[in-house]
Amino acid sequence: MTARERGAAIDIKGATKRYGNFTALDDVSLHIEPGEFMTLLGPSGSGKTTTLNVVAGFTDLTAGDLAVGGKSIVALPAHKRNIGVVFQHYALFPHMTVGKNVAYPLTLRGMDKQARDRLVVRALDMVKMADFAHRYPSELSGGQQQRVALARAIVFDPPLLLMDEPLGALDKKLREWLQLEIKRIHRELGTTFVYVTHDQEEALVLSDRIAVFNQGRIEQVGTGRQLYDEPTTLFVAKFIGESTSLRGEAQASGDQTSLTIAGQKIVAYGKLAGGRKPVVLLRPEKLSLAGTNTPPAAGQNSLTGEVSEAIYLGSGSKYQVTLRDGSVAIVRSSLEATPFSIGDTVDLRWSVVDAKLLADDDRADMTMT
Amino acid sequence: MSQTSHTPTAGGDYPRPSGAVQGPQRRLRLAAYPSLLAMPALLLLIAAMGYPLLTVTLRSFSDPAWGLQNYVWFFSTPVNVTVLWRTFSIAAWVTIVCVIAAYPYAYLMTAVGPRLRLVLILCVLVPFWVSGVVRTLAWVILLQDSGIINSVIRLLGFDGVKLIRTQTGVVIGMAQVLLPFMILPLYSVMRGIDLRLVQAARSLGARPARAFLQIYLPLSLPGVFAGAIIVFILSLGFYITPALLGGPRSTMLSTLVQSQVLSLLNWGRGGAMGVVLLVATFVLLALAAPLMRQRHKQAARS
Repeated sequence: MTARERGAAIDIKGATKRYGNFTALDDVSLHIEPGEFMTLLGPSGSGKTTTLNVVAGFTDLTAGDLAVGGKSIVALPAHKRNIGVVFQHYALFPHMTVGKNVAYPLTLRGMDKQARDRLVVRALDMVKMADFAHRYPSELSGGQQQRVALARAIVFDPPLLLMDEPLGALDKKLREWLQLEIKRIHRELGTTFVYVTHDQEEALVLSDRIAVFNQGRIEQVGTGRQLYDEPTTLFVAKFIGESTSLRGEAQASGDQTSLTIAGQKIVAYGKLAGGRKPVVLLRPEKLSLAGTNTPPAAGQNSLTGEVSEAIYLGSGSKYQVTLRDGSVAIVRSSLEATPFSIGDTVDLRWSVVDAKLLADDDRADMTMT
Repeated sequence: MSQTSHTPTAGGDYPRPSGAVQGPQRRLRLAAYPSLLAMPALLLLIAAMGYPLLTVTLRSFSDPAWGLQNYVWFFSTPVNVTVLWRTFSIAAWVTIVCVIAAYPYAYLMTAVGPRLRLVLILCVLVPFWVSGVVRTLAWVILLQDSGIINSVIRLLGFDGVKLIRTQTGVVIGMAQVLLPFMILPLYSVMRGIDLRLVQAARSLGARPARAFLQIYLPLSLPGVFAGAIIVFILSLGFYITPALLGGPRSTMLSTLVQSQVLSLLNWGRGGAMGVVLLVATFVLLALAAPLMRQRHKQAARS
């Protein structure tokens, strides 16, 4: 195999799309590196699919610019963009065999039969579907159809591949296996991948970077680790991974903010400008439980609550602790930690440095799916 | 007997779920004989269709005497053969006009919003509810030499066109009457075509016209064939419209049958004409059948 060109860079600048009064995309800007696996993550209606359709050329922008490989393609119709697209519902041509489906983009490019056959076999080999070339799509399972669709989208060697929730219609086992397949194909091709999903786990498994969409805007762009450890908005924090958010009467002093929750005081580093209401965000594995008789260590916060759910997970345990103000904390503890049972009164402990201070946001609560 | 084997025995005596009354009940169970569901329609077809057809066929061979004389007469009279040919030719023209008129209309129905779609469906169905005679008479008014169509043509500075009592007039009138039979099957097939297939073709590099010709059109063909067959067959037997809009040079076979049977009381010859038309139609359908056989099933969409 010859050395492949790396994929193309993508620049979306100030992309805005309005449908009447509804703004589907609101001034979205995003840079994607050549060969990068970028996932557009967000709840339905957040603008991620609109962004994909804009890049594919199925939707026109109201304002903004879009460049692939440094060249603006806003004015190009879909068929001249040379971008591979994989759809959620496969979109295989039912009246053509698998082989004809995969050969279709090559036929359109006027390639002769010999070269065409060679590329079709190679693409089908890559998705492990070479034995199915003479079948019709209706004779294949969903997972097989999606692999053929993937072969069809990469057979003409586009510098950019768009995938719109390609695994959304498949069951969990198959989805997990195909995620690894997609990762492998991305590594082998070096093409830029833009992947749309609402499944945060899928985004974490696949992506180099993730752009989190909400209400037509990008909330944050970063690696999975960045989004999990350093979320910049409450929306991102709640959308990626599990978390506990604490609210209370806030008071800023120096570089710290303290919250009083049901008579108990906790502190977190940082300060919010502009008098916005703060939320203290905690990841489950940063929290630990202790009996109320043991004093907290230096630099630890402590809140009293009652265990309302205790789940043994094999690798550890998961607890739900109902705090005195009624909010519920999620705690993941290791096997070595002292076990507690439902009804126990416990202290919820964490290091001050592990807490994240974010601005409160009502929109963040509507996203739990 | 195990609960899993529910095969009914001849008497309908098979295991019932516990709680049901056990005993030598011999109640006829519809579920055991699903073919019974077709009985009403079947009886109607036998009574209203099979019996008369059989009679007509018998009479064509037996009236006034046993033998093939009616068929010999049919094929040895040039007028009959001309009219038979014309009947098929008019039916073919009507089908072509219907396909051309219905295809974009049915496509539009799939593309517009629900409210406009309702309007479009009503536009198809409302004329459908009006009696064929009334609609044909309306066409007489429109098509006649001093009618609206000719007035407009003359207003535009062209010579008038002879429409009434011509084959063109018959085709126009019949196509209008039969258009719903073309639009509705087409629409039902087109509605099932996933438009993302066309998007997919575009993303793979197909110009819009090519995406239509190679993806959309082939997938809509079952609807075209279904509609075309209905329109063609209905056209063959059309009576009122050709009788009112046509002239002597556009007589169709049904008119000849009518005059043989009702005016000349020649049941044998009329029957022979009907049988010839029926057989010719079957032959044509048999020839067209391989074209329509679908090599694939529509991909299941979840």
